[in-house]
Amino acid sequence: MSTETMSIFSPALAAKFDALVLKYPLKRSALIPMLLYAQDEVGYVSDAVIEEIAERLSITPLDVKNVASYYSMLRFKPAGKYNVQVCTNISCMLRGGYDIFDHLQEKLGIGHKGVTADGLFSLEEVECIGVCCWAPAVQVNYDFHDELTNDKIDAVLESYKAKEGTR
Amino acid sequence: MPRLVSHPDEVKIVTKRFGMGAAEIDRYVELGGYESAKKALEQGSEWIINEMKASGLRGRGGAGFPTGLKWSFVPKVSQKPKYVLVNGDESEPGTCKDHLIFLHDPHSVIEGTIIAGLAIGAKTGFIYLRGEYRYLIQIVEKAVADAYAKGYLGTNIFGSETEFQVIVQTGAGAYEVGEESALMESLEGKRGVPRIKPPFPAVVGLYGGPTVINNAETIASVPHILAMGGPAYAAVGSERNGGTRLFGISGHVNNPGIYELPMGYNLKKMIYEVAGGIRGGRTLKAVVPGGSSTPVLLPHEIETLGMDFDQVGKAGSMLGSGGVVVLDDTVCIVEFALRTISFYQHESCGWCIPCREGTDWLKKSLTRFHAGFGTMKDIDNIQYLAENMMGRTFCPLGDAAAMPTLGFVKKFRKEFEDHLDGKPCPYAKHLELAVV
Repeated sequence: MSTETMSIFSPALAAKFDALVLKYPLKRSALIPMLLYAQDEVGYVSDAVIEEIAERLSITPLDVKNVASYYSMLRFKPAGKYNVQVCTNISCMLRGGYDIFDHLQEKLGIGHKGVTADGLFSLEEVECIGVCCWAPAVQVNYDFHDELTNDKIDAVLESYKAKEGTR
Repeated sequence: MPRLVSHPDEVKIVTKRFGMGAAEIDRYVELGGYESAKKALEQGSEWIINEMKASGLRGRGGAGFPTGLKWSFVPKVSQKPKYVLVNGDESEPGTCKDHLIFLHDPHSVIEGTIIAGLAIGAKTGFIYLRGEYRYLIQIVEKAVADAYAKGYLGTNIFGSETEFQVIVQTGAGAYEVGEESALMESLEGKRGVPRIKPPFPAVVGLYGGPTVINNAETIASVPHILAMGGPAYAAVGSERNGGTRLFGISGHVNNPGIYELPMGYNLKKMIYEVAGGIRGGRTLKAVVPGGSSTPVLLPHEIETLGMDFDQVGKAGSMLGSGGVVVLDDTVCIVEFALRTISFYQHESCGWCIPCREGTDWLKKSLTRFHAGFGTMKDIDNIQYLAENMMGRTFCPLGDAAAMPTLGFVKKFRKEFEDHLDGKPCPYAKHLELAVV
């Protein structure tokens, strides 16, 4: 694919994908990383993302969609700019994970998989994110925030708002 | 940033470079890094495998299979390329040890991968991390790039004629992919469903080639074993359980964290001394000893229990991933069982019917039960259902869901009975669980 003219991705990501498909003994090994990196840039796995990845890997869009639908981090509609993922699995649950989740539902005015009206935040209850010894924990996009209290998570949200200059 | 903890009883082997800036390659080398890989290159495959066998190292992912033996199963001659696969998909609830290895000592994983490759005659290794660990993936990717720049990876590693390449791969959210054959499917760009065994990965694995797949902690232990010698490593642990383990203690303890302790270390001491005892001076109710899939233990069962694969197995549970989850007397076991099964229901890949249907029905039954609408017959039905999932699936996820459920019902039957007939839960506040 000539990335300059046809890609829906930024030149940097298109170049990354060009290299990625050559990296493995089998081209389609690049599929799952490509889907995730594409989602990072586009915001979700759109039809256009599926089409282009399918073409790059010489497989059908249906095949791509079939694989994408298996992985819980991949989504088919946009989330908030900052996707707040609250772990409520056992170790977090024992240390107040549900209190954090309830607090965030109230604070943001949205429920599980909801998006705030300004599109800034979305909220998700997620399974174990691998920070059990520092529970309760939340992951905002890819950033971990651990050993949380309601006050601490409030400060975390404020820090993202401040980044946007919407305080 | 995950907090590091320490305790005088710790024996720091795998964690000895934690907090010392060893993610930087020069620092890692300064601290003795890559010496084991060089030694392995000189000594060759047979020596490596013998040292590994002598070390008594058993798979840290949870199955506890002897690593040296696993490596020896790979055929010497193969038409297809052989591969080393490092499982850093760490997703078992209660488990976060590999998180710290990737954060503090990524080169130990790379060095271990090179050594495993030399042992089995592979030219390529993959390090697969769960997608949520993006910041750790970036750390490992930088470490790999640095190792290439130094000539420790590439076509002539350490100036030799030997080639070894390492590829870092991201997942995208799936507990099931932590199962070895599902991980291979995922790495081949497919849905992470398990493959039927045999053939085992050592014969037919990734891209159909002979493959050694090990947990990240197992691989990170390898350079240390070669440095100190297999027998010396074995001597640190207990009988037939060599070395140390990164125990992750979470839940209702005063000092949760990752502690590196000798295999066979007493569980009671681990909770009361190493992790500082129960939070708020409360009473211990139960312990999940090795990640959420391992059957629960009662306080009297941990008194003299040594934490190694054999002793925990004998006690009716499993050492699993070494994730010790501690529950105090405020916990409602029915609610805890429900949260556990909800996870497995969410993560079942749906490939095998006993697991797909079993986890779903167990979640439904426990939801109803916890809400106070259960009947006496439900308790038996939950048990019957769980028993019939055991051993009837391609991969161990079905067992992983059934085993803890059986443990909760058997050991806390009275607590289940106390939920009958719409009675309010006497053990904890009734929160309606959000649906994941």
